[in-house]
Amino acid sequence: MNMNLTLKIWRQKNASDKGSMVDYKVTDISPDMSFLEMLDVLNEQLINKGEEPVAFDHDCREGICGMCSLYINGEAHGPDRGITTCQLHMRMFKDGDTITIEPFRATAFPVVKDLIVDRSSFDRIQHAGGFISVNTSGNTIDANAIPVNKHDADDAFSAATCIGCGACVASCKNSSAMLFVGAKVSQFALLPQGKVEATDRVLNMVKQMDEEGFGNCTNTGACEVECPKGISLENIARMNREYLAASLKG
Amino acid sequence: MSGILNSSIGRKFAMALSALFLMVFLLQHFAINLLSVFSGDTFNEVSHFMGTFWAVQYLLQPVLIFGVIFHFVMGFVLEIKNNKARQISYAKNNGAANSTWMSRNMIWSGLAILAFMVLHFIDFWIPEINTKYIVGDMSGMHNGEYRYFHELVEKFHSPLRVGAYVVAFVFLALHLLHGFNSAFQSIGANNKYTKGLKTFSKVYAIGIPLGFIFIALFHHLTGH
Repeated sequence: MNMNLTLKIWRQKNASDKGSMVDYKVTDISPDMSFLEMLDVLNEQLINKGEEPVAFDHDCREGICGMCSLYINGEAHGPDRGITTCQLHMRMFKDGDTITIEPFRATAFPVVKDLIVDRSSFDRIQHAGGFISVNTSGNTIDANAIPVNKHDADDAFSAATCIGCGACVASCKNSSAMLFVGAKVSQFALLPQGKVEATDRVLNMVKQMDEEGFGNCTNTGACEVECPKGISLENIARMNREYLAASLKG
Repeated sequence: MSGILNSSIGRKFAMALSALFLMVFLLQHFAINLLSVFSGDTFNEVSHFMGTFWAVQYLLQPVLIFGVIFHFVMGFVLEIKNNKARQISYAKNNGAANSTWMSRNMIWSGLAILAFMVLHFIDFWIPEINTKYIVGDMSGMHNGEYRYFHELVEKFHSPLRVGAYVVAFVFLALHLLHGFNSAFQSIGANNKYTKGLKTFSKVYAIGIPLGFIFIALFHHLTGH
């Protein structure tokens, strides 16, 4: 059965605007729509009325790019588990529901407009050390030529599935980015190719994370629950070990 | 190594180490208090030993005081920093969907424990320091017998004080229900033993405060 819904949406003209919650009605919403399609319907209505459409981030719409954000009814990516907002279906809601939609909130994720936040702080953390230095001038060594323990390879792959969406920061009561940074540190620290720069990597990435203004992890575990890719808290523990070992060395 | 306490992970590690130290202290405090239920004389002897042995008084006690102060001051520092990391709150936040009440409210359970410690220090620690180091009486005696057990029982006559202690220990249990495992995660220990540790942490977090409640109620109800 199609639904009529009330939406409470954060509207903010630009980064310096104060912003506020604004109520909207949408009608005849199919339960088979994705959440973003529902917002498309709303925007079509707004455009037809000559009003400013709601700005929100999206790209692949298949749960891979990490672009869509949104804090829906008090949870990052809404009430479902292991999904991004583009994978959230309207069947998760009932006719007559009121849905609150806010941008991801963190000092390190400033609002650009409406529901769009600037997550380039994640990029800067990656630039600080989320890479390995490899000669790519025609002499690149085949990564598969180096034997890797299967368990380590699996853990590294799991960590590498992080899409950098920022749900961990948005869900954390402290706006901590440690699940993201833990995943990025782990995906290299577990592999032989990443060990060479491991000390500098973890020190530089954590330093950048702190400089960006993310909060301190207090192990609530909210990030792990809300992560669309199921990144485990083990990655934060590994980063803590890596950081302490690197601090003692360096 | 330089500036490790200026980093988020360094602060978290230091917080965890102080927590682990305090949890070991809590266990020995409980073990000694429990003696008071079985034998006033044994409790007196152990209390006198702890109260006069130089290593306990001049080495462990200062470390303990430092550990307590460090833990709550760092708790406040982290709370302030974390609040700065999100200056605009969500209009609607469903914290219960992804985390426990205990994990989200460590500052409040911690503040309740801190308030209790003020009462506890006024009750026991300050008079003890006064008798030993200001009056200069290291004998531990009053009217020809050890004073420790008598002082303990006397304090638990008041139902108001016992009530305050019971409430404080409930908050201690709530604090430990998150804090115990959190300390291990912070020092990087998340492995095949974590599941077993979580079970043990529940036993510790509920068992120790419940034991303290039992001791307070025992002396209040029996009058000795």
